[in-house]
Amino acid sequence: MARIVAGIGSSHVPSIGRAYDQNKQTDPAWQPLFEGYEPVKRWLQDDVKADVVILVYNDHGTEFFLDRYPTFALGVADSYQVADEGYGKRPLPEFQGNAAFSRHLANCLLADEFDMTLCQEMALDHGFLTAMPLLWDHSDTGWPLQVVPLLVNVIQHPIPTARRCYKLGQALKRAIDSWPEDLRVAIVGTGGLSHQLNGERFGFINEEWDQQWLQRIQTEPEQLADTSTRDLMLAAGAEGGEVIMWLVMRGAMADNVEEVHRFYYAPMTTGIAVLALQNAQ
Amino acid sequence: MSTITTDIHWDIPGTYVFDLVLSQQGYAINKMCNSLKSQASRDEFLADSEAYMARYGLTEEQKQAIRDRDWLQLTQLGGNLFFFLKLAATLGYGLYQIGADMRGESYESFMQTRHVPGAV
Repeated sequence: MARIVAGIGSSHVPSIGRAYDQNKQTDPAWQPLFEGYEPVKRWLQDDVKADVVILVYNDHGTEFFLDRYPTFALGVADSYQVADEGYGKRPLPEFQGNAAFSRHLANCLLADEFDMTLCQEMALDHGFLTAMPLLWDHSDTGWPLQVVPLLVNVIQHPIPTARRCYKLGQALKRAIDSWPEDLRVAIVGTGGLSHQLNGERFGFINEEWDQQWLQRIQTEPEQLADTSTRDLMLAAGAEGGEVIMWLVMRGAMADNVEEVHRFYYAPMTTGIAVLALQNAQ
Repeated sequence: MSTITTDIHWDIPGTYVFDLVLSQQGYAINKMCNSLKSQASRDEFLADSEAYMARYGLTEEQKQAIRDRDWLQLTQLGGNLFFFLKLAATLGYGLYQIGADMRGESYESFMQTRHVPGAV
């Protein structure tokens, strides 16, 4: 039977990808960031050993256009490409999917009234790509686990509520629990933390709120799920509202979780965080 | 229950929430920017940006905001940052230059407000 072996929250800032590709791991400005992810990467490699990761992310106007923008979309393919989002493709290998497991998730989610857009092709941008090489080592040709991309619209309002994202996570948990084969599943919610890239308020950041979020997502997810979109954008910045994607991850975890590792760094315009959780024993 | 309205007044200072009203207004801008996902398109834009903008039916006001590299104006006219970052990358502008412009300050003075300005 499939089971969830790790829940991760992670930012998806494009500059991290650039720093990674330019080998800035020891650059003084970037070293804290890469060192901050390292314990999580080791834990995932040595202890968690996931077979597949469901990664919750948003597209940034790369693969999906506003002519028909999906609210929720799920990859159901056996492979996914790296996208060119305006400055060339990142030098990362393409991703192997798990179509059979994806189809099971799709069947369960639709039966559970989550009407996903289902995708046989999905090119993945920094919303998906940023966290992957920070969490898992890859070779020139591949990754050590399969992926299932799950997209949430957070760029064109109306976006789903925090509560809806939390419920989607709970539905995912039911779907994962009902997959009969042995499968170790990691789930990653990406985005945030606080940042604003829009208007005169560009550069707004709220480190105190970020620290509270890292704690409350563990102990008070129900209360966080009650937060309105506007209140999230006021506290975390207009683009920081995307933290609702962490609630998909949290909804898929047990009521009681244990923190494995936490790291926070706010060098420029985003509160960058990684939070590793496991279900309480 | 929250009140449901068709056009929400977000009332967040210095913020242009990209909702369906702005999305409709800026559709031509974002559609053009969306096309800049291949090197061939970026080269074509750089070779004749006026023809490229005309092909996508931008209004004169929208074209002028792009000629002026006026990112705040472009935002107010419905340009979505995630789309116009592709235009910015084509033109050689980075996110933090755009941000400093939108705040109405120089790149250098904006960077002084950051904890680790080297993390770019």
